[in-house]
Amino acid sequence: MSEQETHDHSNSGSKLYLIVWFGLIALTGIEVFLGYKQLPLHIMLALLMGLSLIKAALIIFYFMHMKFEKTALILTILPAMVIVISLLSIFFPDAQRLIEHSANR
Amino acid sequence: MSQAAAEGTATGSWSGGASPYKVGHKKLGMWLFVLSDSLTFSALLFGYSYVRIATPNWPKPFAFYPSVIYATVMTACLLSSSLTMVMAVNASAKGNRAGVVKWIIGTIIGGSAFLILHIREWMHLIDEGMTPAGTPAEWGPNVPLFGGTFFTITGLHMFHVLTGVIYLAVIAARKKSTHEDVEICGLYWHFVDLVWMFVFPLIYLLSIKPN
Repeated sequence: MSEQETHDHSNSGSKLYLIVWFGLIALTGIEVFLGYKQLPLHIMLALLMGLSLIKAALIIFYFMHMKFEKTALILTILPAMVIVISLLSIFFPDAQRLIEHSANR
Repeated sequence: MSQAAAEGTATGSWSGGASPYKVGHKKLGMWLFVLSDSLTFSALLFGYSYVRIATPNWPKPFAFYPSVIYATVMTACLLSSSLTMVMAVNASAKGNRAGVVKWIIGTIIGGSAFLILHIREWMHLIDEGMTPAGTPAEWGPNVPLFGGTFFTITGLHMFHVLTGVIYLAVIAARKKSTHEDVEICGLYWHFVDLVWMFVFPLIYLLSIKPN
């Protein structure tokens, strides 16, 4: 069983990994460039997190081989992770409230 | 009824005797660990982002050169060590034991380079007067949360990298490491890399010294 999987992996080849690695380095470059440009905080936060999510997806699906796992495993791990992490965003409106509160003081 | 199931109808994927995820229990365990650890880190990073947005006078001590360039090199070290790790898993899939050891040593070098650079960065900041409970007077008003969040998040990540380097060394040194062991070790290592992909922009790129 595990041998069959093994063959799928090696067929995808090291060229694919090299392309993914170049993609990750390029995305990091874009992030550093954005940092150099110094955009307003909210725009920066949204852009950087968007780019980082693409990087995370590349790492999870290609480097961690999630793409080659059974759908059942993907459905067990990913939705739980994404939903719980997304729910944490509930704090952000409050951070906004705090900064407006301190500005009005 | 349960007897009938036990006697001979246990043929479906979920009736026992089968492996519904088609992965070994060790690998499933590592996936579940990655899931829980990602929640630990995301809680820390969300907490950090919260205080980052809510604090108007957040310090911006990192000069684009050298601090941010330095951190970019650290990022490149980790990304490259991830590349060598997939090469190790690839070699292991082909049964090339010497290749596995060679690529894992490459990964350990990348991880160690990251650790050394990061510790130098820490020493530099501590020399400037940064502590977990305060920032140096030259950076403007004291923001204790800056030091606290910085040392907690990067410290926990550094601890993961250190653990990963030891883990890799054990897997490479042990003669009886199977392909699955190498793969699981790779999962952990890529996860450490993945976490840094969020720590780097949030901590460094959002606190660049304005020119």
